[in-house]
Parts: sequence; structure tokens; C-alpha cells
Amino acid sequence: MSSGEVIKRAKYKTSVKDPGTPGVLKMTEQKFLFNPNDPSSVTKLDVEFAHIKGNALAKSGEAAKAASTAKVTSSTKVASEKSAVSFPDEQLSTAEMELRMNLLREDSELQKLHKQFVIGGVLTESEFWATRKKLLDVDNRGKLKQRVGFKSTMILDTKPMADGRTNKVTFNLTPEIKYQIFVLKPAVHQAFLNLVPSKMTEKDFWTKYFRAEYLHSTKNAITVAAEAAEDEELAIFLKEDNILAREARRKIRRVDPTLDMEADLGDDYTHLPDHGIFRDGTKEISETQHEQYMRTLSQDLNRQGAVVLEGRTVDVDLEDPRTVAEALVRSRQELDGDKTQERLDRLSRMTDIEDLREPLDHPFAPLCIKDPRDYFDAQQANALKTLDDARNKMEQTKRNLSIDEAYGSLRDSISKIKTMGLSDPIVKPEVALSVLNGLTQNISSSKFQLGKNSRESILDALDVHTGITETFLVFISYYYNISSHKVDDVQVSRLKDAMSQTYRQLEEIKESVQSDFRHKVSLLVRPMHQALDAAFQHYDADQQKRSSKGEPLNGFV
Amino acid sequence: MASAPSKLYADDVSLLMVLLDTNPLFWSTSSLPFSNFLSHVLSFLNSILLLNQLNQVAVIATGYNSCDYIFDSSVSTSRGLENGRMPALCSNLLQKLEEFVVRDEQLCKEGSENGLASSLLSGSLSMALCYIQKIFRSGPLHPQPRILCLQGSSDGPEQYVAIMNAIFSAQRSMVPIDSCYLGSNNSAFLQQASYITGGVYLKPQQPDGLFQYLSTVFATDLHSRTFLQLPKSVGVDFRASCFCHKKTIDMGYICSVCLSIFCKHHKKCSTCGN
Repeated sequence: MSSGEVIKRAKYKTSVKDPGTPGVLKMTEQKFLFNPNDPSSVTKLDVEFAHIKGNALAKSGEAAKAASTAKVTSSTKVASEKSAVSFPDEQLSTAEMELRMNLLREDSELQKLHKQFVIGGVLTESEFWATRKKLLDVDNRGKLKQRVGFKSTMILDTKPMADGRTNKVTFNLTPEIKYQIFVLKPAVHQAFLNLVPSKMTEKDFWTKYFRAEYLHSTKNAITVAAEAAEDEELAIFLKEDNILAREARRKIRRVDPTLDMEADLGDDYTHLPDHGIFRDGTKEISETQHEQYMRTLSQDLNRQGAVVLEGRTVDVDLEDPRTVAEALVRSRQELDGDKTQERLDRLSRMTDIEDLREPLDHPFAPLCIKDPRDYFDAQQANALKTLDDARNKMEQTKRNLSIDEAYGSLRDSISKIKTMGLSDPIVKPEVALSVLNGLTQNISSSKFQLGKNSRESILDALDVHTGITETFLVFISYYYNISSHKVDDVQVSRLKDAMSQTYRQLEEIKESVQSDFRHKVSLLVRPMHQALDAAFQHYDADQQKRSSKGEPLNGFV
Repeated sequence: MASAPSKLYADDVSLLMVLLDTNPLFWSTSSLPFSNFLSHVLSFLNSILLLNQLNQVAVIATGYNSCDYIFDSSVSTSRGLENGRMPALCSNLLQKLEEFVVRDEQLCKEGSENGLASSLLSGSLSMALCYIQKIFRSGPLHPQPRILCLQGSSDGPEQYVAIMNAIFSAQRSMVPIDSCYLGSNNSAFLQQASYITGGVYLKPQQPDGLFQYLSTVFATDLHSRTFLQLPKSVGVDFRASCFCHKKTIDMGYICSVCLSIFCKHHKKCSTCGN
């Protein structure tokens, strides 16, 4: 630095697609000097700063091993090699790191790509994972995506287990069950809020509740009435749920006027002959005085149905029943406010099932613009080859006849066949067999895949294809300002290098393939070429625009 | 046979038009001698007529200077020459063919040979299509026509317009054009013809097994083809030739009114005058 000179190893590229000749770049206070490693190579650069019209110099100032790229608009480009260090430029939680490592471990393709690009220094970690956000997200929230509703067996949860030997009945109670009970029976919920912990402990509350349940299950209305008369609190559980009743009455009053609720004789199906089981209606009369203590299965089922369809309105930790109860109250109060809007919101929340939605990234169909000249050239090569062979053969046997001679020979062959008759056999059996075999092979091969050679090269092409999509996506995201990071020229140029490398790889693949299968391979390779060409063009145009606009430079070393 | 009883007509009655290439310049330099070729073709025609009692075959010779009908199975032959070595139809055909070749030679102009010249495919295609139209108008019951081109000479770009017109009218009448190409490189016109009309294009790898190719691929009638898998060509050479110089081009200029193709920019279209 003190001598006013910077010496770096660099590669000299005349265009983006040029692989670049390695050499040494020396920058003094007055000029650039490039000497290639190979003394016989012609590409030397000796440019004084005075002659440079404009340039863009950028370096990532994070570490001493800066990867700097200098471009000179006098149509020469110099790119310097960089060390393979990927700078972690975002904070990652350990969970994220673990997730990424897990993903890499599971998917070997991903690992290969990661190794190729990130370790190879072309892409940074953040870029690599930016296009894979879907993967990360899915793994993170995979389990919680589906919202679990209530169980359909809600009302059976509180059925007891009876011990035959002793006269004990056991009820199971979990926080989930408590939550379900609160939702199913608002009267119980209200009682809970009122009585616990002021008047009785939770345990007592639930004991009383289950006593009531047991009494109900005996279906003995008279006992129920007797017990209710004794114990006030028990009475709450045994009576019908007045909150529910109120709500039901309100709903009945607010029925949609378009709903025809008038019943006439035609709606009476119960008195039709052959309807239902013939019952003696005498038994039912005696129990009317205890009607309020009767609970029918249909009432339970209806209530459960309504609750299950509503879904969970509260997402609270279920451990503490007190908090759950309060949360439920809060949610009910909110509901009372603006009923219709709340209902609509809730409906939209409920009907939006995330895991049944379509994935947001639409798979794209690669644009395939076949250049017909490629096919013609291949065919022409084939044709010329066969023509040469045929010509050689013909020149050995026959000379170029004049037209009279040609007609003469034609007439001769006609008379020959007239005299000789048709040949016997028309076709020799071996020839016929080989023709048939050839035809069947031809027909089956055009349906199924080709031979091994082509398969390998097609696989190669596909590998390159995935590599290209990687770099390409990031490249494009920069240019259309989609990515979240600031556009960094260094990274962009790194990408460009990688892309030019893959361009060369593609050429090699195309050349290595036999002429028969070239057509199919070129079908795959062509769109990749064109994509790369377009990207490079865009990049060049952008560079020119920037330099002509005179963008502020980052300064020299 | 003017009309046949309707109960004899099945789905698979076919009328096969065979366009035989008799370009002397091609046959003099071909690896397959013309006499062998003729024996293959004659046996094939015989087998076609054997497949169904109501099948019809017509042969048109594609010559160097002219085209003509050589054989028509629906015309009852007055002179049934049968000389023990071959059936009558063959001898009739050969007789007519020889006469045709003689006439064709007489039409030769001086200095018209230039290597592998092309034969008049457009002419024979048009004649075949006219014959087919006549059959269409013959009555409610008629066989299903198709055209088989046995061609060896290369394409003449000067015939591009006429051949394309013939191809499109065949497509319109739903007449498939099969082609069996015996030359060295592929024929763009025949590939296009088979592709556009839904026929089969085949370039036999072994010319001395020609009869086997013909009977395997080209003998089936149109109805049975729906159940068979016939060879498909890998790619079709869709190049056109320009209207002004008759060169084969793949990029050119087109008149926006009549869609004529030119290789150079013209102020006025020679076809429609716009």
C-alpha cells in the first residue's frame, strides 16, 4: 500500500462469456497493467487512468479479502478472483441454522447445489435460502398449519367409568374437557366464574358438576328434582341452561322473514299412517311437572353440533380453567358488539383452510423457442455424409449417364422384367426379417427413451439446468429489485462468472453428444442458452446505462 | 365396377393411388435397380387388390417431362395377356409404362440435364387428386382414397407452390398422402405432405426389402390405421422456397395480403400486385 501499488491475481475477460485468461493485475497510481500468466498469450492490458472514460468499482468492505471487480467501459473487462468465503450477512437463530442443516442433510440434491454454489463462493447463504423460503416456512410451521377444532365426541367425554365391584363412579377431567364444557354449557361457565374461587374450590365445583351429570344419566326425573330442591348449586347444573334458552328465544325472534315458518296440515307427517313406531302415549303425561329437569339426547347433540361448527374462538393455553373462562367471556362480549361484522370475520377465518390452499408459487413452463436451423444443420450433416457414401458407391459402379442413356437403361429394365417376370421370392427372408425388426425398433424407440449415451448427456444437461436456475433466479431478483438485500455489484459479478461458466458447460455438452441424439439434447439446452444470453444482455445494457448516467462510484482502494 | 351392392361395402375398402417415380436420371444412379423396384411394386399392387374384393388401384407415372395414368384396376382390360410368368395386370402395367417412357423421352429438350433433376411430382399429385374427385362424385358409396408416393428424385424448389396447393387440397378432401422416399437425403416436400395430410413418411433403410416395407406400413386401409402404430418421423423440414428464385429459404419476406414468400424485399408482390 505504501508504494502506491496494488497487485492482485486476476482473469482478463474480453466478454462476459469468455472464460478469461489468468494473470496478474497491477494497479499503480497512474495505470492498470495486466500481464497474463502464460507469456505467449497476447492478452495484455496497459491502460492509463486518463484514458478510462468511466468505470464502476465496487468492493465489499467487510473483510480484508475483498472481492473487487473493476470494469472499464472501453470494452475490456477484468475480474479478480475471490476467495471462497461466504460472509454471513444476516443474523440467524440457532433454530434456523438447525433447520437448514436438517434440510441439507435430508436432500442430497440440495446439498450438492449448496456445495456447488455457496461453498464455491458464487452465492451467499442468504441468497441461496431466499429462493427456498417455502421450504423453510413449511418445515417451521408445518405442524401448526391445521387448526384443530373440537372433537366430535365432546358429549361423551364426560361419561363416567363405573366400577362394578365398589359403588364408585370415576370421571376423567382434563383441561381440554373443561374447555369443552365451558363452551357447551354457558350456564356452567357462568356458575364457574361466579362460584370459583370465591365460594367453593375448583375441585368441589367439578365434583358437584359430575354429580349432576350422574343424576342426569340415571334419567330419573323425580330424583333429579329432589336433589335440585336440596342443593342450590346442584340445581344450577340440573336445570336447563337458561343462557342457552335465552339465546334460542332471541334467535327465534330474529328469523329471516323469507323463511316460511308456517306449518299446515301438509307438514304434519307424524299422523300419517305407517309413520314411526306405534306408541302408547299414556306414559308421557306424568312427567310434565319435571320437564325442566329433563334433558334429551337431541338437545345435547344439537348443542354440540352448533359448538363444533363454530369452532374454537379462543386460542388460549388450556391449563388454567380460570383464564380459559375469562377468555371465553371476553370473546362472547366481543361478539355482542357488532354482530354481523364479527360473524363475517369469523366465517372468513373458519373457511380459510391453509393447508388446502394452492401453493403460491406457480410452476412455470420453460419457454422453448426452437431454432429450426439447428435441426437443419444436423440433418444436413447427416445427409451430406450419406450422400458422400452413396456417391462414392455409385461412382464405383456407374458413370454419370447422359439423359439418352438414362432413358435407354430405363427401357431396358422394363423389358427385362417383362421377360423375366417377377423375381421369386420377391424379398429374401433374411432381408424381410431385418426390415421388420428395424421397423418395430424404430416405432418402439420413438415412443420410449433413447439409448444410454443420450440419457447420460440428457442427465448432464438437466444437472446444468438446475444449476442455472439457481443463479438465474437470484440474478433476476437483483435486477428487478425483488430481493431484500441491497444490490451488490460484487455479488452480481460473481453470479455472472458462474453463469458464463455454465454457458461453456452447455456448449461442451452439446458437442459431446452424438449427432443422432443431438436434436433432443439441443431441445433441452437451447432454452438455457437463451436464458443466459438474455440475462447477459440485460446486464450489459444496465451497465452501460449506469455508466452513462454517471452513478457515484465507491472509490478506489 | 360402376356401383357395388351396398352390403358388400365395408369400412376398409380403399382406393390407392400410386405415384411412381420414373425419372431416368435417378434410376440410373440408384442402388436399387429399376427392375427390382418394379417387381416389388407390382407384387404390392397385387396384394392390395387381394386384400378386399372392392379395392381399387390406380398408378400414375411421374416422369421427367410429363405424367400419365398407367394403370387403373377399375377399367376392365380387353387384352388379357398372360404369359405364365406374371399376372395380367402386371403385363398391362408394364406395357403402358414402356409406352409412357418412350413418350417422355421424346419430350426431352436439349441441354436440360443438370445432375439429379427432379421429376414432376406436382403434376402427378394433381392428377391423382382429380381422379379422386371423380371417384367422390361417382355415387354415395365409394372407397376411401389415399395416395402413395414412391419417389426417389429430390425436390424441385420450383414446384413448391404447386405441391403445397396440392397438399392443402388433399388435406381439405381428407386424403392422406403416404410417401416412401428412396433417395439419399430426406425430401422436405414429402415430409410436409405426409405431416399435413396425416399420412406416413418412410425412408427405407434397406431398399432391397422394399416389398416388406410397403406391405407392413402402406398396405393398411384408413380404417385399420387407427388401431395400428405406424412409424412416425422425428422432425419435419418445414422450409419453404421463395417465389421469385425458387430457392429454399428459412427466413424471408411475406406479402401481407396473399402470403407469398420472397427471399428479398420487393416493393410490389408479384402474385397479387400489392
